Amino acid sequence: MAQVFAYITHKGGAADDSALELAAAAKKLGADAVTAVVTGTGGELDAVCKDMAASYKEVWKIDNAAMAYPNAEVVRKALVNVLPGDCLLLLPHDTFGIDLGPGLSIKMNSAYVSDVVAIDGLEGATLKVVRQEFGGAASTHMTVDTGAGAVVTLRPGSFAADESKSAGGQVVDKSGDAGDLTAKRKYLETVAAEVGDVDITKSDVLVSVGRGIEDQDNLQIVFDLAEAMKADVSCSRPIVDAKWLEKSRQVGTSGLTVKPKVYMAMGISGAFQHVGGIKGNPFIIAINKNPKAPIFQVADVGIEANILEFIPELTEKIKSL
Amino acid sequence: MEILVCVKRVPDTAENEISVSSAGNDIERGDLVYSVNEWDNYAVEEAIQIVDRVGGNVTVVAVGDDESEEILRREMAMGANDGLLLKDGAFDGSDGKGTASILKAAVGKGKYDLILTGAQAEAGAAQVGGMLAAMLDYPYASLVNKVEVIDDKKLKVGREIEGGNQEINEIELPCVLSIQTGINEPRYVGIRGIRKVASVEIPVMGASDLGLGADSVGAAGAKVKRVDYFVPEMGAGAEMLEGSTEEIIDKLVELLKAKGGLK
Ligand SMILES: Cc1cc2nc3c(=O)[nH]c(=O)nc-3n(C[C@H](O)[C@H](O)[C@H](O)COP(=O)(O)OP(=O)(O)OC[C@H]3O[C@@H](n4cnc5c(N)ncnc54)[C@H](O)[C@@H]3O)c2cc1C
Ligand SMILES: Nc1ncnc2c1ncn2[C@@H]1O[C@H](COP(=O)(O)O)[C@@H](O)[C@H]1O
Repeated sequence: MAQVFAYITHKGGAADDSALELAAAAKKLGADAVTAVVTGTGGELDAVCKDMAASYKEVWKIDNAAMAYPNAEVVRKALVNVLPGDCLLLLPHDTFGIDLGPGLSIKMNSAYVSDVVAIDGLEGATLKVVRQEFGGAASTHMTVDTGAGAVVTLRPGSFAADESKSAGGQVVDKSGDAGDLTAKRKYLETVAAEVGDVDITKSDVLVSVGRGIEDQDNLQIVFDLAEAMKADVSCSRPIVDAKWLEKSRQVGTSGLTVKPKVYMAMGISGAFQHVGGIKGNPFIIAINKNPKAPIFQVADVGIEANILEFIPELTEKIKSL
Repeated sequence: MEILVCVKRVPDTAENEISVSSAGNDIERGDLVYSVNEWDNYAVEEAIQIVDRVGGNVTVVAVGDDESEEILRREMAMGANDGLLLKDGAFDGSDGKGTASILKAAVGKGKYDLILTGAQAEAGAAQVGGMLAAMLDYPYASLVNKVEVIDDKKLKVGREIEGGNQEINEIELPCVLSIQTGINEPRYVGIRGIRKVASVEIPVMGASDLGLGADSVGAAGAKVKRVDYFVPEMGAGAEMLEGSTEEIIDKLVELLKAKGGLK
């Protein structure tokens, strides 16, 4: 079968959690040896490569100062030059994988399938995977013709990390093959997210509201409930996009990671980018008018209700205790 | 600046309860409400705002069927100057690469400095923009939440990365950007706006107009195929509280007390 590679994202000398998830996913392809490919430069890159050799039989290191920051346009060029054209390459479906994967698949003339949540297996050159559509409301099986190679991005958290660390692998320096890395996009700087007045990452109880609240004026009922419960208010992304609440209240992969004891998701559908920000295994209560909303798959307790009617009644009850 | 914005007609998830059809080969499409993909609407607004600042023209393009005309018109009512519909039976069943190939051919028929797509559409693939850029050999940036025109050769763009941090890049024109929601506040489109563009002619191009061979697009050219839709067998899932609202609230209050949700 074609060679399988896993691209390792890392920061500050440490590999991302996805590194060991890709190792686990690669096993589902039936590959007996998977090669990690790591780009970057200097001591941090060396540290990551050494670490990855515990989990991957072989680690391809591509050291170049042009990749000190992982600019996908630069990394793409290096990978096109270094990787065999017909390989299967696994990437995390995060903001870097989304940036890199589609264009890389074109330049490698490979198939592309993104945000895979499960791998059914590889039969001959046909890869069968599971994806989700409509924010998780429907799942699909997809087949991918990997005959000329494939780039596959995997949803973070969907594959249990392979923690065995028993690969005893070796690091192979491929820096000489990287080729010309000039690109028409230049990384300048990273601007840190704004800090708000409420720190939802420290809250024990979060009353979280989504697009189901329908109107900015209706937010008052959420704040009333939070006050009665002595909880803090957080929200899903559309509430922030509409500028109804500040970004520092957004839970999710592009917002904050929270770890409360109790999380009430009200009028939130349960997209993975939202749920991905809820950590520490809290008790999740979902209130949604759609009994098929994906949030009910992750919640402990569900209530099928119209939040505009339900929330005020709940607030009254709590106030009366 | 000549800007092309790629827009797709999709079932509106905020308006519909999506369910898998009994045959398992599609979702129930009977009474779905369709609209323009949420991300694309932000992309069109951004294009209009850029043109307001530096001058130019906004064209919206969709690969779709006759019904996609309605969303092109909606985006023209917002302020896009031109619409273009790419329609052909041969396009049916295209995978992401097929769609990008069709759009690439359309780009070749015009002259654009900047091409915008949404970050993702209803299938969450987030692929067409990056593929299109690579096919055109243009630089690409995904998940863009800020665009600043430096001059007619360069843009400064912000990319939204994990944790809400923003990665600032300089990118050469022509380029392709995929736009993330929240970058702006898309303007409201009223009935009057729609009426104003109701009779504007929207050109249609098919495979032969675009010089596309039938095997490079559509189902024939697709390496990635959807086999079925299904409802996954869930683990435990949520325990649904049943009863009258009063009973539900009583149960919920007990649970909140037990789990430390009420102080
Ligand atoms: C790169 C990327 C990063 C992202 N990062 C994040 C992130 O950090 N956080 C985040 O939240 N999202 C994020 N998203 C967006 C995410 O994909 C979803 O679009 C978003 O989470 C949906 O928010 P929602 O559940 O509030 O809205 P919707 O999906 O529209 O759901 C609204 C829900 O409310 C229900 N409802 C409607 N009216 C009522 C009512 N009256 N009573 C009860 N229920 C009602 C509906 O049934 C529906 O389930 C990201 C997307 C991308 C592409
Ligand atoms: N059929 C289509 N017609 C026009 N643009 C499309 C089409 N499909 C995808 N796109 C564009 O590509 C973006 C990303 O879609 P996707 O890669 O399918 O998640 C969308 O937001 C659109 O801008």
